[in-house]
Amino acid sequence: MSVFDIFLQQLVNGLVLGSFYALVALGYTMIYGVVKLLNFAHGDVYMVGGFVGFLVLSVVAPMVGPGWTGVAVSMVVAMIAVGFLGVVIQRVAYQPMLNAPRLSILITALAVSLVLQNGVLTLTHGQYQPMGADLGFGGVNLGLLFISYNQMILVGTAAALMIALELFVSRTQYGRAMRAISIDKDMCRLMGINVTAVIAVTFFIGSALAAAAGTMAGAYYGSVWYFMGFLIGIKAFTAAVIGGIGSIPGAMLGGLILGLLESFGTQIPGIGSEWKDVFSFAVLILVLVLKPTGLLGKSEQERM
Amino acid sequence: MSMALPLLELRGVNLSFAGNTVLDNVDFSVGRDVIVSLIGPNGAGKTSLFNCITGFYKPQSGSIKVDGHELMGLKPHKVTQAGIARTFQNVRLFQQMTVLENVMSGSHCRSRAGAISAILGLPSQRREEAAIRAHAIECLEFVGIADEMDRDATNLAYGHQRRVEIARALATRPKLLLLDEPAAGLNAGEKQDLLNLIGRIRDELAISVLLIEHDTGMVMKISERISVLDHGVIIAEGAPKEIQANPKVIEAYLGQDDGEDLL
Amino acid sequence: MAQPRSNAFNNIIAQFDEPWKRYAAFAVIVALLLIAPISLGPYATVILTNALLYVVLALGLNVVVGYAGLLDLGYAAFFAVGAYTVGILTHTFGLDFWLTLPFAVGAAMIAGVIIGTPTLRLRSDYLAIVTLGFGEIVRFSARNMEITGGASGISGIQQPWLFGWHINTPFEFYYVFVVLAIIAVIVSVRLQHSRLGRAWLYVRHDEDAAEAMGIDTVRVKLAAYVIGAIFGSISGAFFAVNLGAISPESFSFQQSVLILMAVILGGMGKIPGVILGAFIVVLAPELLRDLGEYRLLLFAVGLLLIMLFRPSGIWPVRGK
Repeated sequence: MSVFDIFLQQLVNGLVLGSFYALVALGYTMIYGVVKLLNFAHGDVYMVGGFVGFLVLSVVAPMVGPGWTGVAVSMVVAMIAVGFLGVVIQRVAYQPMLNAPRLSILITALAVSLVLQNGVLTLTHGQYQPMGADLGFGGVNLGLLFISYNQMILVGTAAALMIALELFVSRTQYGRAMRAISIDKDMCRLMGINVTAVIAVTFFIGSALAAAAGTMAGAYYGSVWYFMGFLIGIKAFTAAVIGGIGSIPGAMLGGLILGLLESFGTQIPGIGSEWKDVFSFAVLILVLVLKPTGLLGKSEQERM
Repeated sequence: MSMALPLLELRGVNLSFAGNTVLDNVDFSVGRDVIVSLIGPNGAGKTSLFNCITGFYKPQSGSIKVDGHELMGLKPHKVTQAGIARTFQNVRLFQQMTVLENVMSGSHCRSRAGAISAILGLPSQRREEAAIRAHAIECLEFVGIADEMDRDATNLAYGHQRRVEIARALATRPKLLLLDEPAAGLNAGEKQDLLNLIGRIRDELAISVLLIEHDTGMVMKISERISVLDHGVIIAEGAPKEIQANPKVIEAYLGQDDGEDLL
Repeated sequence: MAQPRSNAFNNIIAQFDEPWKRYAAFAVIVALLLIAPISLGPYATVILTNALLYVVLALGLNVVVGYAGLLDLGYAAFFAVGAYTVGILTHTFGLDFWLTLPFAVGAAMIAGVIIGTPTLRLRSDYLAIVTLGFGEIVRFSARNMEITGGASGISGIQQPWLFGWHINTPFEFYYVFVVLAIIAVIVSVRLQHSRLGRAWLYVRHDEDAAEAMGIDTVRVKLAAYVIGAIFGSISGAFFAVNLGAISPESFSFQQSVLILMAVILGGMGKIPGVILGAFIVVLAPELLRDLGEYRLLLFAVGLLLIMLFRPSGIWPVRGK
């Protein structure tokens, strides 16, 4: 293959990867916006989404087939179920901690992450569960470049979800309240906005988007397992920070940038696939140290 | 030469947040062995000025000198080391620590023992610990609450918490003490005690005091000089009598509800 | 913070308020540790050795999390730095174990300064993620590099000699770890009651007020981070010679989490609480063998319950 072929192929790979990162990063950024909490458990919410999708698919595949129709049904069910899981997590674990010291809140979020991870570990005995999706290998050959239908559907679905989210945030009452709360929560309370309900809706949507990504990842890569949320959780967080945490377009942009960075980064001689994750972590640390406000983020308020 | 130099001198300090001007070309100075007050309506920028002096805010331009040394760009702990101590408007004591431990924090920047001497328990470290403790007790005795030194600081009566904060600031051995609304929330008797305490800080410890205060009666009684800040601009400066008679000041205060306080 | 409750446990603890009683209790515990292997046999001795290793690790992480209030999710990285420094220098370069210890400490300090200096001024949640990323970078690097033996790690690490005494049985290593744990406790106590120890608490409770008191908060945090790194590295060094073999999987994220659990379950910032936490983390799986793979889930649920209902940990808050 020529360098140009490789470039185009990695561009497609990066887009696919970036779609996953962006969907998960959106949850981080939305939740961060309304409650100023780094939800460590978000990667595991994605993982649970993958598992719910896996379970639903095994039920519906005999009825509608294991193709994209089945995956779509599974995805929708997973989004709803995991959306509610997100609301429950917020109510049970985060709500009581609203006024606790920051360190306690972070440890609580870590604890939720560990409960989800080890809960699924116990249920599945730590085994990979093969997802019974059969998506075929068809695609479009563009001369130099082959794009599979699966890649197209995946990126298309992610884009559709993001457009829907953008419409929700800019056009609906809840969406506007969400943005208002991220600016000044106390003022919103005074203005009579039901802050509790908006927080719940935010956790629902953020978790549902992660579940959509989890189900699609399970179907695309062929299996789900209890630890699948760990790496993507960190990488999606990186994506959210690159774009500017709290910024919804930033999360989408950050996801794509990180996806492309990673797929091109592994082509650099000497980095290779075994150093791929080190590369992502190095990007994370560099971004946090050099530009913690990200590309589209607002600069932090002055101290005090 | 050094006598001619003011203790604290601000020249052309500008501060703005996201395009909103908070301090507009502020010139301001505090001499030696004086008690100076900074007054002005709510939102005039008084606490912001404190935060600029103490390094918590970074002004966009200007110069802030203490004893001729430039403070602009220094981190807050460097400013404290240079001899400026402060209290906070809403008392900020270290929770779950005793009164004594709170005041001992002030000695941190005037002592040096590190991890290794602590781990080895070197004699120099033990001596220093004893000295830090003794100095903290002295400061507590000075403000008159040494008998409460082993209590949890945040369990103290509010007026006493304010005194702990002052003792803690004194423990940093400052040349200039900044008090941000020290009388807020105090009753008449406590205010009188505070007046006496501020006077003693200047007279007995030779520390200059700069205070932000809303209780104008108290300000008139204690200050040698008063500066008035309104909308980020110093609109008047002078002795209490001059300030009371200044029409600009009266106008600034009449703009708000508690305008009659001044008269 | 939870209010002190008056229960039997608190009453027992209250008995030890006077210093001489505390010293007496300490002496009794040390005496019990010294005779434990004789009465418990070889298997229990190995388990206890592991518990003591966790005591040292947890006390080290306690300096970072419990005293300075910095959430470090990659503490196992420093454990790895110590283990691999000793492993490489003794096995590959043939150096004597005791000579490699200063290198292990130096490597941990350098790593601590390099990762800490740019990151300790970050917001606390960003710091947590950066430390997590750092921990994973160290583990991936150990797995991908030749000098660290790749995925299979380094084996055949020589057991050390001390003045003609070859430390090579589980019993002997047990006593080495007893000494290490005692040193770790003494160092922790002394740091806690020092100028630096107080500065950590000031910074943890109110960073702005600490700055206003003239405390260089970044420097104070860096000191905590580096001291924690040294504890971790020394633990790793002795861990390597005790096992004789190390591999990247001993230094995973789960390892960092386990050490963190030891710190939090017992009560962060409280030395007896942290020791208790370390023993719980190591002994509970042994006592609850039948639970098998449920044990991690149980720990996770326990951690969540502690955070929700008793964030100060199991060890009681001292009454005022």
